[in-house]
Amino acid sequence: MSERKAQFAKQFINAIPHAGALGMELTQIGDGKAEISMPYDPKLVGDPKTGVIHGGAVSALMDTCCGAAVMSHPDAPAGTATIDLRIDYMRPATPGHSIRTQAECHHITRSVAFVRAVALDEDDDNPVAMATGTFTVEGR
Amino acid sequence: MARKHPEPVQDVKKRRDAALSALVGGVPYIQFLGIRFDRRGDELTALLPFDEKLIGNPFLPAIHGGVTAAFLEVSAIIELSWSLLWEDIESGAISLEDLQAGTLPRLPKTIDFTVDYMRSGLPRDAYARARVTRSGRRYASVQVEAWQDNHDRPFAHGAAHFLMPRRESE
Repeated sequence: MSERKAQFAKQFINAIPHAGALGMELTQIGDGKAEISMPYDPKLVGDPKTGVIHGGAVSALMDTCCGAAVMSHPDAPAGTATIDLRIDYMRPATPGHSIRTQAECHHITRSVAFVRAVALDEDDDNPVAMATGTFTVEGR
Repeated sequence: MARKHPEPVQDVKKRRDAALSALVGGVPYIQFLGIRFDRRGDELTALLPFDEKLIGNPFLPAIHGGVTAAFLEVSAIIELSWSLLWEDIESGAISLEDLQAGTLPRLPKTIDFTVDYMRSGLPRDAYARARVTRSGRRYASVQVEAWQDNHDRPFAHGAAHFLMPRRESE
C-alpha cells in the first residue's frame, strides 16, 4: 500500500464516528479491494450465554469494508452509498477473536458498483459470513 | 362452571414487560446501540435514539448504513423471539421469577439478512417494526421496515431468514 493511499485509508476510517465506535482498523486498501479488522469487544456481544458477537456488528463491518472497496476503485470518482446488501451468516464468530473482512469491488459501471465480501476470524478456511452488495457511484 | 376471573391488568403488564426486558436487556450489543422497544399489547416498535457514534458520513451527516442494518436485524430477531415466547408468557409457562432472573429459552439464529436502503438515515431518532411472514418448525421469515419522521417514507427495509431453536423434545 502506497504512503498516500495508506494515509487516505486511515483518514477515511477515522472520519467515520461509528467505525471508531466499533474499533475498526483499515489494514489494506487499493484497486477496488479493502480489508478491515474489528477487535473482539464484550459490548458487541449478541448472545451473552456464548459471548458470540452480534450479527448486526458484523453487518456494520461488512458495509464499511464494501464501501471502502468501492471508493478505492480506480473508476470510482468520489463517494458511494449502499443500495443493497445481503449477508449470509455461515457460523458464529469465535468469541475472543477479532473479525477481519475482505471486500472486492469486482465490477463497476457509470452508476453502480458490485461488491462481494467475506468475514473471517482465526480460521481462514471457514468464513464466518459472506456478503454481496450494490453501491452507488457518485459524482459523475 | 363459573368463568375464570380475569387476571388483574397490572399483573399481566408486569409479566409481559418482564419478558420483553429479559429479551432485550440481556444483549450487550442492543444496549451499545441504545435500542429500546415500545410495547402495545403484543405489538412492538423498536426505537433507535440518535447518537453521534451512529454516524457513518460526517459530512452529510447520515446514520451509518451498518447501523441501519443492525437496527433492522435487532428489530427482526426480537419480534420473532417475542412471537415465539408470547404464548408461554400468556399461559404462565414461563414464570415471572425466571423472566426477572433473565432465564429465557433458546432463541432463533440469523441465516441471512438483506437490507435495501431507500434514503439516507438522517441524524435523528429512527423507528422500526417487523412482521413474521412465516414461522415454521425449522425456519422463519421476517420482514422489517424502518422510518424516521414520516412513517409513509421508510428509509430502509430488510428481509431475514432464521433458523429456529430445536425443541426440547427433539
